[in-house]
Amino acid sequence: MKIEIANGRLIDPRNDFDRKATLFISGGKVAAIGSTPEGWRSERVLDAGGLIVCPGLIDVSARLREPGFEYKATLESEMHAAIAGGVTSLACPPDTDPPLDEPGLVEMLKHRARSLDCAHVYPIGALTVGLKGETITEMGELSEAGCIAFSHADAPLADTQILLRAMQYAATFGYRVWLRPQDAHLARGGVAHDGEVATRLGLAAVPPFAETIALDTIFALARATGSRVHIARLSTQDGVALVRDAKRTGLAVTCDVAANHVHLCDTDIGWFNANCHLVPPLRSARDRDALRAGLADGTIDLMCSDHTPVDDDAKQLPFAESEAGATGLELLLPLTLKWANEAKVPLASALSRITADPARVLGIEAGHLGVDASADICVFDPDKWWTVERSSLKSQGKNTPFLGLELPGKVKYTLVGGEVVYTG
Amino acid sequence: MANPQLNDKGELTHLLTLEGLPREVIGRILDTAVPFVSIAERDVKKVPLLRGKTVFNLFFENSTRTRTTFEIAAKRLSADVINLNIGVSSTSKGETLLDTIDNLVAMNADMFVVRHGQSGAPHLIARHLSASGRAGIHVINAGDGRHAHPTQGLLDLFTIRHYKRDFGALTVAIVGDLLHSRVARSLIHGLSTLGTAEIRAIGPQTLLPAAVESLGVHVFHDMGDGLRGADVVVMLRLQSERMKGALLPSPGEFFKHYGLTQDKLKLAKPDAIVMHPGPMNRGVEIDSAVADGKHSVILPQVTFGIAVRMAVMSMLGAG
Repeated sequence: MKIEIANGRLIDPRNDFDRKATLFISGGKVAAIGSTPEGWRSERVLDAGGLIVCPGLIDVSARLREPGFEYKATLESEMHAAIAGGVTSLACPPDTDPPLDEPGLVEMLKHRARSLDCAHVYPIGALTVGLKGETITEMGELSEAGCIAFSHADAPLADTQILLRAMQYAATFGYRVWLRPQDAHLARGGVAHDGEVATRLGLAAVPPFAETIALDTIFALARATGSRVHIARLSTQDGVALVRDAKRTGLAVTCDVAANHVHLCDTDIGWFNANCHLVPPLRSARDRDALRAGLADGTIDLMCSDHTPVDDDAKQLPFAESEAGATGLELLLPLTLKWANEAKVPLASALSRITADPARVLGIEAGHLGVDASADICVFDPDKWWTVERSSLKSQGKNTPFLGLELPGKVKYTLVGGEVVYTG
Repeated sequence: MANPQLNDKGELTHLLTLEGLPREVIGRILDTAVPFVSIAERDVKKVPLLRGKTVFNLFFENSTRTRTTFEIAAKRLSADVINLNIGVSSTSKGETLLDTIDNLVAMNADMFVVRHGQSGAPHLIARHLSASGRAGIHVINAGDGRHAHPTQGLLDLFTIRHYKRDFGALTVAIVGDLLHSRVARSLIHGLSTLGTAEIRAIGPQTLLPAAVESLGVHVFHDMGDGLRGADVVVMLRLQSERMKGALLPSPGEFFKHYGLTQDKLKLAKPDAIVMHPGPMNRGVEIDSAVADGKHSVILPQVTFGIAVRMAVMSMLGAG
């Protein structure tokens, strides 16, 4: 199909393109930008007047809940949430049930995702069998099945020797290792940031140095093994400083932050709001400000939703017993725009954090709109504010700290491989 | 952040925590409790303020003392009292916490007295009741996790006021395991709201929560320094599971550093009072000679506790 996206402001951060231009799509790819190709006849014209046209969003952490947690969400519901949020590629962590530690599971997931014709799904394989932290997985087989990296999700990996072995093995074959920096012992039982709020509310806490100690360990092992490490979900001011130093010394490390942590801090827990029970915990305002600064200066490479749909029953519990996590695929764009507005970050740089930068970290050919690029596109109205309500979310999970709040940015069209898969 | 225990008119609808409770409301509760103390000395120890009301004592965590005092308080107000010792956390298999609440609501409960091992459980219940249009049912927090034990805090305030009067001139020392103590948190909030001159927290680093100073206390690791010049000494209970291990090496060593003996008490003001929320571990946090001595007001605390709980229940039930 030949599609023309006319009159929009085209922002393609990777190609440093930001101006009003019409985009021509043919055969699933970008055919031309600005000038009409010779002999062109549009089969469909999408009017993007007043709208922004950018590469489809890439979310590096979205839990689709299959297999194992279908009562929380299904591939169908979450893939539709993805395209409704303008997300055209996503990576899913291995913490399913069973975890993604076998090629068969990964193939099944990829097959099911493909049959839905929504976003592209990139599974992240389990680093150890069953995420138990004991035996490393068959990373070769898993890579062939489609895993683009290996991680331990949020499961504790207390044994540093196992971590070393896993990183050595991954480095041998050039596999990427994604790690959430958290000392398993220091974090044990904790559900909130170790500070004023946890003390007031009487919640068991995770000290900030649970993160920095883990970062020191990971960086030492990365230097020793030459492993390509990605730090998932940074949460502290000191953590940002450590990553900045590591990058300055030339360590090949990348890192991300979850959108919620860019906007919220522990005081948002209020009186035990279980929607603010997140992993890592929401930390202090000072930590949040450091994360924002790190995201702006590139210390933090990208922002993700860390999408975790949770059923109501699992949230309707006392704070510490409630399941951690927030739904987020549909909020990634609004929260990026909100951050850009508040932090006075140019729109193109902000959008880079959810398009070009995650593509680079994932090592996938996506996240830009050069000629011949796959036509994965998000067209949105940056000035349209909408209220986050249960009914406005396609995700089966309605659990977000932003319920009831107004956010900017509404997706008008989402295209995957040159096809319009969502119209808002 | 709206205070979930007050209605639009600023009246008490639940008692969940002393944090953020206005000074006038605390004062009104303490004032209301005064005549209830004398009711206990009468032949007929009953008033009809809650006649026809049903109070559920909902204890997800074991407690004899607190449950009993709530039961006595409710009965003296002529309420019907149902005791439920559920004794397991809501994560164990079976009915969820809110299912339990819905069932009891269907039995026409008027008031829930809730003790739960998890911080925030009473808030969850109160929120659930108002979200489901049953805001007329009241929740009293009888202790949730490490978070709050507001009626204990109130009875402590009542006791201090009874013996000492002016909070603005008082130094109150709280000794022991503040990390795990809901009693300490509630007392600290109450003391701050009433304008206490100085609140001290005394204990080893392992038993003090992070940023405890943010609650408005001065931290002392040396008990002698902390007790010097104190008007009120509040000893906290040390749970047996915390006496050994990574928090403390042994009960004996704890007693040596932080146990209240007559010698240490001499550092406080000559007319200092000694309080303890009970049950006491004699020889661990407090020496028997002090517990039974002339400074001790530990038993009056128990008596006042019933009056204070009557005051809270009657104020909620009348609203």
